[in-house]
Amino acid sequence: MALTVDVVLEGIKEIVVEVAGIDAGAIAMDKKFTDDLDVDSLSMVEVVVAAEEKFGVKIPDEEVTKMATVGDAVNFIVANSK
Amino acid sequence: MVLNFNQEVQSARILSVGAYRPPRVVPNSEIIERIDSTDEWIQQRTGIQSRHIASAEESLIDMAEKSANIAIARAGLKNEDIDAVIFATISYPFQAPSAASELIVRLGNPSAAAFDISAACAGFCYGVALANDLVRNKTAKNVLVMGAEKLSDFTDPDDRATAFIFADGAGAVVIGPSEDIGIGPTIWGAAAESREAILLEPSYLEFKNNPGKLDIGWPNISQQGQSVYRWAVYGMPTVALRALEAAGLTPETLDVFIPHQANDRIIEALVKSIKLPDSVVVAHDIRTSGNTSSASIPLAMDALLAEKPELYGKSALLLGFGAGLVYAGQVVELPFKPNN
Repeated sequence: MALTVDVVLEGIKEIVVEVAGIDAGAIAMDKKFTDDLDVDSLSMVEVVVAAEEKFGVKIPDEEVTKMATVGDAVNFIVANSK
Repeated sequence: MVLNFNQEVQSARILSVGAYRPPRVVPNSEIIERIDSTDEWIQQRTGIQSRHIASAEESLIDMAEKSANIAIARAGLKNEDIDAVIFATISYPFQAPSAASELIVRLGNPSAAAFDISAACAGFCYGVALANDLVRNKTAKNVLVMGAEKLSDFTDPDDRATAFIFADGAGAVVIGPSEDIGIGPTIWGAAAESREAILLEPSYLEFKNNPGKLDIGWPNISQQGQSVYRWAVYGMPTVALRALEAAGLTPETLDVFIPHQANDRIIEALVKSIKLPDSVVVAHDIRTSGNTSSASIPLAMDALLAEKPELYGKSALLLGFGAGLVYAGQVVELPFKPNN
């Protein structure tokens, strides 16, 4: 079954809370990882690896650099889930 | 014909370590203006507070010679007792002859076997592996393994991704015969499908084939930080655990961890993934030395032993990883306290 945006967003929230130690309420589709959520480029790698494990999706390095917002990540995972 | 010789192996260990850091200390405050950054930003991402940078007059070999002299003296040896030199570097500015051959001339020992290896930040651990095998098989008796870099020559001071990372220095060990086994099996390999993650380019041929073209630029190191971080943090713990197991140790029985000093966050993540207990002393030389590629492990080893003399003779996991991407790790017994 393909993943939905809501399911993936909830999962990403859990991961970002774990990696960046911020409140889940601050995380939304339009939030920028670096500017809004204190997830810098190296922490982003940890988010991505955790997301790959959680959702069974491969996220190539070149895609990671394009993921500015939470929505970018969620949409990529949804689009590439089986 | 059947070859007939004594095939008994000779155990080897690290007899001594020596280090040289150029005197000029460059704090982040001297770097940030050109790359529009801040001290806080650099420290948060790398842990680096300052680094040593050689002057224009101080060559790679100048630094290497100084660290070699210290290491050889601490081993209680004379320069002519060294019968092989393995020089790990990516910043010797000549294709040939080798940096090792220049070094042995400086050491007044020009007839020793001498060669360079190109394994970037894993170069020192590659050298330890080779030196161990040379001594074990009696191809050589006392081997000097040099890790030295003058990366300031190959770093773009305007590159926001690398200007604050790379630095200069030299560290050497002497590996020689011992009664007990002092160097464990090396676990090594590569992930060369990602070889473009760290590059030092353009090649010499770009200049030859494009005469008069002015925008080719000087060869500088570039790296894809996220790719390298991912490989190091998620790929290297397995290598570390395999090296420990191969030497008959566990994270609980290890004394010291000296990984390549690439980034303090990589080091912290490795410690967590390998599940090293608090009892293991971890090298964080990166904070005041930057990333010195092949020199980082012997520099960190020397600093730890100077700071904590109780670590002489203890077990240490060395783990090198870098451009290639290549890696090597092995458990060693740190040298005994020198008499001199």
